[in-house]
Amino acid sequence: METSKVEIKNVALGKASGRMTYARQQKMLGVIFSFPALALMFTFLILPVALAFIYSLMNYNMLNPEAKIFTGLDNYIRLFQDAIFYTALKNTLYFTVLVVPLQCGVALCLALLVNKKVKVASLGRVFFFSPVVTSMVVVAILWTFLYNVDNGLINSVLNFFGINNQPFLLSPNQAMNSIIFMSIWQAAGFQMMIFLAGLKDVPETLYEAAEIDGANAWQKFLNVTLPSIKHVTGFVLIITTIQAFRLFIQPYVMTNGGPSDSTKTLVFMLYENGFQFRDVGYSSAIAVVFFLVVIIVSLVLKKVLKQ
Amino acid sequence: MKQRTKKRWGKIAVSSAIIALGFLFISPLLWMIVASIKPETLIFKDMGFQAFIPKELTFDNYAKILFSDDINFFHYMKNSLFTVGMIVLLGTIVNSLCAYALVKLKFPGSNLILIIIIALYVVPFESVLIPLYIVVNKFGWINEFPALIVPFIASAFNIFLFRQFFMEFPKELEEAAQLDGATPFQTFIRIVVPNSKPVFATAAILTFVTHWSDFMWPLIVATDQSIQTVQIGIQYLFTDNNIQYGQIMAALTLTTIPVVLIFLFFQRYYVQGITASGVKG
Repeated sequence: METSKVEIKNVALGKASGRMTYARQQKMLGVIFSFPALALMFTFLILPVALAFIYSLMNYNMLNPEAKIFTGLDNYIRLFQDAIFYTALKNTLYFTVLVVPLQCGVALCLALLVNKKVKVASLGRVFFFSPVVTSMVVVAILWTFLYNVDNGLINSVLNFFGINNQPFLLSPNQAMNSIIFMSIWQAAGFQMMIFLAGLKDVPETLYEAAEIDGANAWQKFLNVTLPSIKHVTGFVLIITTIQAFRLFIQPYVMTNGGPSDSTKTLVFMLYENGFQFRDVGYSSAIAVVFFLVVIIVSLVLKKVLKQ
Repeated sequence: MKQRTKKRWGKIAVSSAIIALGFLFISPLLWMIVASIKPETLIFKDMGFQAFIPKELTFDNYAKILFSDDINFFHYMKNSLFTVGMIVLLGTIVNSLCAYALVKLKFPGSNLILIIIIALYVVPFESVLIPLYIVVNKFGWINEFPALIVPFIASAFNIFLFRQFFMEFPKELEEAAQLDGATPFQTFIRIVVPNSKPVFATAAILTFVTHWSDFMWPLIVATDQSIQTVQIGIQYLFTDNNIQYGQIMAALTLTTIPVVLIFLFFQRYYVQGITASGVKG
């Protein structure tokens, strides 16, 4: 099967190969090879990016697509006067500002633990990584049960320590924090793996030298480990930040954006306007703002981390 | 002597910390599995440590979601396996060809294309959600399988991953093939592909794991049950008015199994993919 395909292709190229140089063949093949990926990317990524900008300048509802009309910056003006937008922005930033340092911190601690030469290290690696192989929808459903106010497992543990039942997802004050805690549990193992790869690359001789200088464990961590994994840390911070901005599944499954909009995020608002209210124009304006926020934040982070 | 006892205590402290934290990390999943083989009435009655011990074993929950007519979880699993399988198959072919072309078969504009692809990598999917829906709708694919597959075949990340590998591919091997009279196409099929198995495995596995958990897009384009994937299926079980906890736990466990299997059997490639993206990106 495989060879016959090659032969067919040979016949096809055969006529040409007599006349064409190897270099020209290469160039032609380069165009043929890259065409499918580039065509797909153009249609399903570049074109939609452009369309998002165009639609954001239009009054365009999916229920009445014929009536679409350019309205300039109207959608943006509406967005910046929309109280829900500021709530969503605030919630998204709150989630990001807490999750990024906490999750990366936890991940680094876990990586340091399982990097030690102890027998249970490999088992620990599997346990810490296990929530990562579970999809976010599965995790969100599972934790909705765990967080249940009446019969959730977490409340039963709290009762054991003499603490009263907590409402968690039902309280505007606790819902986002509950989502944050769960998200860290779910994803820390992923960042741990990246940190671990970085830690493995730190030359043993550096530690030995520090030991000779009489450095204690903390000093070794500060002066040897941290500087050596600087690049890895920067990368982890950036991907975790982008990931955090995209928060959607957790509030969609667990709280539906509530209670009283306390877990409504930018992406949730984008989804709501686009696919429940079918307001393409307004939703696209949110998408563009979201896009710019993510790009700007990651560029700023990159700049800051370079120094 | 003193140094050695100190070291030993350090090891004991580290080991205990790993075990305690490890239990904390695994316990929600452990509860999920144990609850899936418990009778419905006991799931929220057994609290504390009892929650992790199945006193009465039953596989009713699995039997019900797999074989009853009104739920039929097989249907969702089948749809997911088909969708993700197609993305993996077509994606690895298309992206490896493109990466090889950009690295080895330099043609006018290939450097510019590479820069554009790397730039596209930072576009968050959510920001193209609505226009993508409209494009896919124009193709007439809403509630058809191509809507779940075609937009995800080309992947900037995978092209980048292949590129990293092909850049370090020994030139001598290709040149030897060229001297033997092989065309560039033959060189790719006979020399490059067989010697690049690790990167193909890594790309395939990362693609599978990523798209297995896709939720937002299927939620929008797969409103018809006939093409719904497993992530949407469990969401419906969860929002059902007559909620059956044991059956949901069984469904959650089944949904997780494919990725667990991949992790168990291809751990090396899986972890390599994660770390390669990290260290080199």
